[in-house]
Amino acid sequence: MAINNNAIKISQKHLLGIQDLSISDVKLILDESKKFISLNKSKNKKLDILRGKTQINLFFEPSTRTQSSFELAGKRLGADVMSMNITNSAIKKGETLIDTAMTLNAMHPDIIVVRHKDSGASNLLSQKVNCSVLNAGDGRREHPTQALLDALTIIEKKKKIEGLRIAICGDILHSRVARSNIFLLNMLGAEVNIVAPTNLMPKDIEKFGVKTFSNMKEGVKDCDIVMMLRLQNERMSSSFLSSNREYYEYYGLTPDKLEKAKKDAIIMHPGPMNRGIEIDTKLADDINKSVIKEQVELGVAVRMACLKIFCEK
Amino acid sequence: MKKQYFLNANIVDPANSVEELGGLIINENGKIEAIGKKVNKNNIPSREKFIDLKEKYIFPGLIDMRVFVGEPGFEYKENFKTLSNAALAGGVTSVVTMPNTSPVIDNVSMVDFLKRRGRDKSKINIYPTATLTKNLEGNNMNEFGLLQKKGIIGFTDGIKTIQNTRVMSRIMKSAYDLNSLIIQHAEDFELAMNGQVNDGIIATKLGLHGIPDYAEKIIVERDLSLLQDYNCRYHISQISSAKSLEVIKRSKDNVNFTTGVSINNLSLNENDIGDFRTFLKLSPPLRTEDDRLSLIKGINQDLIEVINSDHKPEDEESKRLTFAQAATGASGIETLLSLALELFHNESIKLSKIIQCLTSNPAKILKIDKGSLSIGNDADFCIVDLFKPWIVKKENMISKSKNTCIEDKKLQGKVLNTYFKGVELYKC
Repeated sequence: MAINNNAIKISQKHLLGIQDLSISDVKLILDESKKFISLNKSKNKKLDILRGKTQINLFFEPSTRTQSSFELAGKRLGADVMSMNITNSAIKKGETLIDTAMTLNAMHPDIIVVRHKDSGASNLLSQKVNCSVLNAGDGRREHPTQALLDALTIIEKKKKIEGLRIAICGDILHSRVARSNIFLLNMLGAEVNIVAPTNLMPKDIEKFGVKTFSNMKEGVKDCDIVMMLRLQNERMSSSFLSSNREYYEYYGLTPDKLEKAKKDAIIMHPGPMNRGIEIDTKLADDINKSVIKEQVELGVAVRMACLKIFCEK
Repeated sequence: MKKQYFLNANIVDPANSVEELGGLIINENGKIEAIGKKVNKNNIPSREKFIDLKEKYIFPGLIDMRVFVGEPGFEYKENFKTLSNAALAGGVTSVVTMPNTSPVIDNVSMVDFLKRRGRDKSKINIYPTATLTKNLEGNNMNEFGLLQKKGIIGFTDGIKTIQNTRVMSRIMKSAYDLNSLIIQHAEDFELAMNGQVNDGIIATKLGLHGIPDYAEKIIVERDLSLLQDYNCRYHISQISSAKSLEVIKRSKDNVNFTTGVSINNLSLNENDIGDFRTFLKLSPPLRTEDDRLSLIKGINQDLIEVINSDHKPEDEESKRLTFAQAATGASGIETLLSLALELFHNESIKLSKIIQCLTSNPAKILKIDKGSLSIGNDADFCIVDLFKPWIVKKENMISKSKNTCIEDKKLQGKVLNTYFKGVELYKC
């Protein structure tokens, strides 16, 4: 298949968050991603667009799908991919993020993919290195490639985003996925409902132009998409919630709650899932409704597009 | 020392309700001999040399009630000498230092050390505070009486709040007996836990843990309730929100207390944090523009009596980190007056009111004979060009730590000279 190698214009040097992107940036990434979908299904998946380029994956937080997705994306484009194993690195010996950045920068990478537990870590890193930085999740702030792959999945399934009603449900407070999705889906013209217990609802979030609900049935009513988020179990100890059982009763996606959404509504989840806590296990596996596997699949295409675009920047 | 004559100056001395064009005479001992409009060219001996200030301003030397100095333990951040130089550049001649040092100031021998160091190394008046509780732990009350006798001006846990209500009520009773000044940093620990910025749209947008405004309000409310029974000398170090101000307004008729505000909270709001600027990570955090405007109203309505710099020097290494990991606080003593003058230039607060919050009000709370140009007092004062424009540059800062939260800000009004006991110690 022919993938043109022309220089593509994007307004940003780094992909730190959806907040920084313009609508034409987003369209560019999504259009580019579409080109890789069929490639990823074909027999020969290897291209040489990024041959000779070095990609460093710097994951300070454990990750399965995002890290492997980025690694695969880089390899399919022909880049030399190095994944730093943080548990053995100097960071454990007390090196600061900036010093790590300086060290890696001296090795002249073309792109750094970073995940960190602190919000703004990718911004800090981007100020200290010469190459482009892709944010693979920083604290509670943003996870831009996740939102882009969610948007691509929605477009694949619903052919559009504008005018759709989308409910994002669960632990919004601690979720970078929720924030990136709110910015992106709003930008693309969807109507976004946020469903969460008040304890997990960030302050003033309605100022981003979303509607907030603490009653899930009301929140998912007539929605085209129900996007569930992982309940971060470690929050339980801080009295955000009483129990998993009660959470499932009120905020878990069950058939009776899904009934309130549109008949052809689809279910999304960024993974990893807590079956029986935020989502009914049968619903999660229902191939007519759940697109969770497609999300993972399209994730590779989106990350290939991002690597290509930002490597060329 | 020769007698000195300063003529044709705009003198603002709120303690004596002076706001007029006139002169100032300093005697051979560095004390103020005469002041005001009566001091002019016709009234001084004709053979004496004088300085014509050409209508520049004279203010009493400022008193800064919230200053962190690195001695002992953090000398690399700020020592008494660098602090003095930075203070003098800002027209500050007296400072109240916080006890959050290493080791902390919580016993008599530490006070002796501090007094000696302060005397030997500093060029300005140092008024040290000691902790409210032993080792800042919030449990066991300190020896207010003994420490006071050694020269401690007041008691505070500095960056920490007494969380335990029983301990706080006992502190107040003891302070009542001993006539001690209690200074509280008001923030509920549990509500503010892990918090980095104001809980609101900026926290949500940046994905940072928020500190709700009621974390402050609850402590203010609690302390003012306790004060109704034992009204000791009590000062709220600094407030940041409209909610706290409402509580203060309600309580003003019932109890005696005073309140401060940091110049940062008066001049900046949460939007200034921008793209994770760690130099604006402050405690209390910068809040909304509505909060800022209500704090200004608080000053104009005499609900807030003191403006401080909340001078907290931090070295670069403590700030070159992610927002969550970065140290809290900003270096600000040398920009305190200039930044406060912005509030005069934009017509938020009258000049005399600003100077009052920086001089005579703190003096009254601390019960010291500073912050005024009264005859017989030490001639601590600064000469200010109210309209001189300048830009805050990190590289020009005098403080040992350059963590200013107003880097590159354009200001109007600068200290030209600062005199301490009649001696010029700073010249712009």
